[in-house]
Amino acid sequence: MNSRIDAKIDITMKRTYLDNAATTPMDAKVLGAMLPYLKETVGNPSSLHYEGRLAKNAIEKSRTKIAEIIGAKTNEIIFTSGGTESDNLAILGIARANQGKGKHIIVSCIEHRAILNSCKKLESEGFEITYIDVDNNGLISLEQLKSSIKPTTILVSVMYANNEIGTIQPISQIAKIIKDSIVSTPVFHSDACQAAGSLPININKLGVDALTISSSKIYGPKGIGCLYISDKCRIEPITFGGDQERHIRPGTENVAAIVGLAEALSIAENKRQPENLRLQKLRDYFLSKILKNINDVSVNGGMDNRLPNNINVSIKGVEGESLVLLLDNEGVACSTGSACSSTDLNPSHVLMQIGTPLELAHCSVRFTLGRYTSKKDIDSTITILAECVKKIRNMSSIK
Amino acid sequence: MNKENNQNHSADGENWIYSEGVRGHFFSPKNVLYDEADYAADGVGTVGSPECGDVMYVWIKVDKKTGRIKECKWRTFGCASAIASASMMSVMATENGGMDLKTAQNLKPQQIVERLGGLPDRKFHCSVLGHKALRNAVLDYLKHAK
Repeated sequence: MNSRIDAKIDITMKRTYLDNAATTPMDAKVLGAMLPYLKETVGNPSSLHYEGRLAKNAIEKSRTKIAEIIGAKTNEIIFTSGGTESDNLAILGIARANQGKGKHIIVSCIEHRAILNSCKKLESEGFEITYIDVDNNGLISLEQLKSSIKPTTILVSVMYANNEIGTIQPISQIAKIIKDSIVSTPVFHSDACQAAGSLPININKLGVDALTISSSKIYGPKGIGCLYISDKCRIEPITFGGDQERHIRPGTENVAAIVGLAEALSIAENKRQPENLRLQKLRDYFLSKILKNINDVSVNGGMDNRLPNNINVSIKGVEGESLVLLLDNEGVACSTGSACSSTDLNPSHVLMQIGTPLELAHCSVRFTLGRYTSKKDIDSTITILAECVKKIRNMSSIK
Repeated sequence: MNKENNQNHSADGENWIYSEGVRGHFFSPKNVLYDEADYAADGVGTVGSPECGDVMYVWIKVDKKTGRIKECKWRTFGCASAIASASMMSVMATENGGMDLKTAQNLKPQQIVERLGGLPDRKFHCSVLGHKALRNAVLDYLKHAK
């Protein structure tokens, strides 16, 4: 048996990481910014003494840095444990705090589960949720959104860019529709976990009232994120404790992670435009090679209005989980929307919503390029991918 | 439960990772029939449907004298556990001089899974199709042998 088949992956093997939408590796500069807060005695930011003030100061500096980048006031940034918690806080916290005005919420049908499962929870609390359809390209129906707003609508949440197919929603257009509505004045939240670092995130230009940002997708540490929430919006906490984060998110702050998030966002924002051009060129090259070298490949989601690093394709007759494991064994990390890779054994809801046939949803594979992806990585991946596809197709009953 | 299987369990007790047996058969599958055009099978069995994500073909050759399976070939569409269980089934059907047809018809998914060293819990019911495809191939053989 080949020694590579060992469950423990050979660490000397060259790895090509093409799953940057799942999470990104940490930037060395981010780690450098964090280290002093991990190594030295850092007090509790709520304490009065020197060590406490040092910690508090680091948090507030980071908060200011983030606020400046997104065009918000400093008191409008709430630190959380990441994208999921920011989304949960936005949906549950805004809905519950505003339910006196109505109990109707509008979200897109391709939201992340952090949003969809929060909505499910609210449904059990008597809230009514409208799910806006998307077209085959993965863009939401603006007409349906417009006609769905009613006097009881208190919250609209539409993700900025999709995690699976990378499609970008017209957030400022959506904001305008919401603001122009004469029937009600719902809060507009957008999950920008995938968008930050790739797309402009100035909250004033976007027209959002709340925005989710995650550190783990922008080359920062895991387990930290933030929620921008306009000081004009009512929100209530979903966890309970001390006075931290204006009572909205109690708990002793993770100082080093907060410093890391601010540093990561700042680096990502500085690199954004040149990096987008580089990634899009590399992504388009990769996709053209896939389409040239492998037959019966279909692209999932439209290629316009798409994150520059995202490829999502279905390779006929090649089940996604099998392909991911075979690629992994050859040193390439990517992901799939196949049912066989999910715990509930249902294929990706995003692929279903954009009308991907079931048998092709099982054959989906996602490659997401990142800051450390080179053309050499892509060239070697194309060769490996073609070999793995051939191997699976040879034993596939679907020809 | 052996030591290796213990390591495959997460804190909530769920088996989530593929065993060495599954990985071995997935990365180096046995008895795949790449092209059936020139393969004179004595029996052919199909199970599943592509719409459900899993479909499998099994071809068998039977030793007329001994009434045992002498060759068992397959092709399948599915995840690693579907491929590994098909491969393991084909090994079980042909080892030690070949399975007799009655034993082959009564092969249980649990027997295949045990030989693979276990499967992730959520995979157990959906991905083991080999025994059904083998049973259908044997039935197909018996129908034509009459």
